[in-house]
Amino acid sequence: MKRIFLFAAFSAAAIFPAMCQTGDPANGKKLFARDGCYECHGYAGQGGAAGARIAVIGLNAQGLIRYVRAPAGAMPAYTDKVITDQELTDVWAYLQSLPKAKPAKDIPLLNALEHK
Amino acid sequence: MARSKKISVDRRGFLKGAAAGAAAGAAALVVKPEAAKAQEAAEVHRPATPNPLPGAKQTASETAPPPRVDVWTTDRPGSDFMVDVIKTLGFEYVAANPGSAFRGIHESLINYGGNKMPELLTCCHEESSVAMAHGYYKIEGKPMMVMAHGTVGLQHASMAIYNAYADRVPVYLLLGNIQDGAWRRSDVEWAHSVQDAAAMVRDYTKWDDSPVSLGGFAESAVRAYKIAMTPPMEPIVIVADAVLQEEPLADADRAKLQIPKLTLASPPAGDYGAVKEAAKMLVNAENPVLLAGRVARTPEGINLMIQLAETLQAPVIDLHFRMNFPTAHPLYGAGSVNDADAILALEVPDIWFSTHTQTPVNKMGMASKRITKPGAKVITIFAGDLYGKSNYQDFGRYDEVDLAIAADAQATLPLLIDECRKLITPERKAVIQGRAAKLAEASRRNRERDIEQAAWAWDASPVSTARMAAELWNQIKTEDWSLVSDLTFVSNWPGRLWDFEKPYHFIGGHGAYGVGYGAPAAVGAALANKKHGRISVNIQCDGDLNYAPGVLWTAAHHRIPMLNIMHNNRAYHQELMYVEDMAARARRGVDRAKIGTAIEDPNIDYAMMAKAYGMFSEGPIDNPNDLGPAIKRAIEVVKKGEPAMIDVVTQPR
Repeated sequence: MKRIFLFAAFSAAAIFPAMCQTGDPANGKKLFARDGCYECHGYAGQGGAAGARIAVIGLNAQGLIRYVRAPAGAMPAYTDKVITDQELTDVWAYLQSLPKAKPAKDIPLLNALEHK
Repeated sequence: MARSKKISVDRRGFLKGAAAGAAAGAAALVVKPEAAKAQEAAEVHRPATPNPLPGAKQTASETAPPPRVDVWTTDRPGSDFMVDVIKTLGFEYVAANPGSAFRGIHESLINYGGNKMPELLTCCHEESSVAMAHGYYKIEGKPMMVMAHGTVGLQHASMAIYNAYADRVPVYLLLGNIQDGAWRRSDVEWAHSVQDAAAMVRDYTKWDDSPVSLGGFAESAVRAYKIAMTPPMEPIVIVADAVLQEEPLADADRAKLQIPKLTLASPPAGDYGAVKEAAKMLVNAENPVLLAGRVARTPEGINLMIQLAETLQAPVIDLHFRMNFPTAHPLYGAGSVNDADAILALEVPDIWFSTHTQTPVNKMGMASKRITKPGAKVITIFAGDLYGKSNYQDFGRYDEVDLAIAADAQATLPLLIDECRKLITPERKAVIQGRAAKLAEASRRNRERDIEQAAWAWDASPVSTARMAAELWNQIKTEDWSLVSDLTFVSNWPGRLWDFEKPYHFIGGHGAYGVGYGAPAAVGAALANKKHGRISVNIQCDGDLNYAPGVLWTAAHHRIPMLNIMHNNRAYHQELMYVEDMAARARRGVDRAKIGTAIEDPNIDYAMMAKAYGMFSEGPIDNPNDLGPAIKRAIEVVKKGEPAMIDVVTQPR
């Protein structure tokens, strides 16, 4: 359910115009670690049982900001008192800069699972 | 106690006579406390500058006939009889950190009992002893005995007992206690004695007794085993009084003692009428779902789950408390409670959390919402309804259900399956079979999605938990393997990528989530796997190991083969997330949640720790490409009958 809520929110956010699409991925990486985003979403934003994958998703910076300010599911709300819009934009830039996953079929161990 | 004192008086009289007749010839094993005190006093008062020549007193002591002393010996202490009783119960092992309150039984087990059936396991902490018994049961299906001090040992053991209680696992706990104040040797033994030893764990044990005679011990010991093994299974406590242990037992008295025959109670099956009603609800449902909690007590439990699921073509949502259902089965995880019109919860202790969400948790307060469809029927089969206690709250939130069957689920399944089969008409059969393909496709898609998700952060450092699980699977899939740890803290990746099929492929979780369970439970489960030659795999959380790491030594000392893979995320990570949550709510210091939750600065070198305890180890490994070869090398060690550890620096979850 958590993941469904998250993507629903992201999809809705995507219709808003991109107000602030630039950010500093290097600073975003620092903030991602400093402010604990990695705790639920993983250092590479890959997601896990505690949080959805947020690396390289189809979401603009404004959408991320909107979600972080009023999240669904288990995620706590982060107000601008603890992380500013600009800082979130930097986090967004970091998440966009992460490499996409290779298709599982190109990873031998995972390919073996697909064709077991 | 009256009986005990009488024996004591008789024994002293007998021994004095024996000492007078043949003091030098008697096997004087224990010097009377008074004599010992005299020796100590002489030692204290010796001159500061020792005289190189023996004094007159010393000369006399070495040349004169020895003075008459009373000696305390016996060929047959009461603890030998206790061992006779214990042996009838068929324990393979007894786990213990040594303690004076059960020194009598300890000695009898290793000498009189030959240290076989049960064999003594040397443990470094009572929490480890109990958690080892917890893990052992989940593979072996029968209890391990644990010995502990009635006071300090039990205090150490208590959290592990609570875990076992919440996990419905029988642990046979034998406590030593010196009930008679006159029998206590020192202030230490006063501090280590207690009036009602079992009191502190009575809230989370099923039964206890403090027998005051050996005959009573025999009866209570057998009764305790029966109670522990009757569903709902739980830990029990027997207190072995030190006087009963250490006093001699004359052959004539031994001959009068009986050890009762053990007959286990059959597990309670559900009421026939209620089971028929449940079958009707399930057969007539369009989307029935099976929720599997602690269902499979034996290998047959898995077979029965498969039969029921296939009979109804109902998806199984496994809550991973036990190995209940094969993960590669087309009905595994293919449905949801939200879509179901009939939900059968089998040994699910907290069904409310499966039928509700608490939203939104990101705001103050906790609003809950039922997620089941209007009119959906909820049926429970739960042995916990037969028995319960009130203080500790592991019983979970009360839920509204339509049919509650107070019974053991596995024992009820044969009847339920039969009733379902009887009720399936050709029309219903067509409907039931009609959903099979859809569910199989949903299960296949789930797995495909999991595999694609595993590719994310594949090359990341720290190593992703998905990569760790995939590397492990690659090495063990052709072996006879057993996962002797939980899935919770690694995002359930083994459950999503591996093929769990056999009863010993998975042991479930903590019970009460008391951290510190993981390492010792894994060692206990691996011990049970040892005689079968299985490769036991323990994905070991770092915070958990640090409670009582001495269990690594126990594994090395007893040559328990197991592969330990450290999930070293360098934090008490659940608590880190909670503190982060609180900081975000309080709108301050979200960058400070690591204070008090991180396990870094310095980083703990678990490979070095394992080596110190005598275990093969490698690491820390933070490059995922190094992991596969390291696992391969470690498995070679495990195959030789030894434990091994690889320290892997990992992503948080």
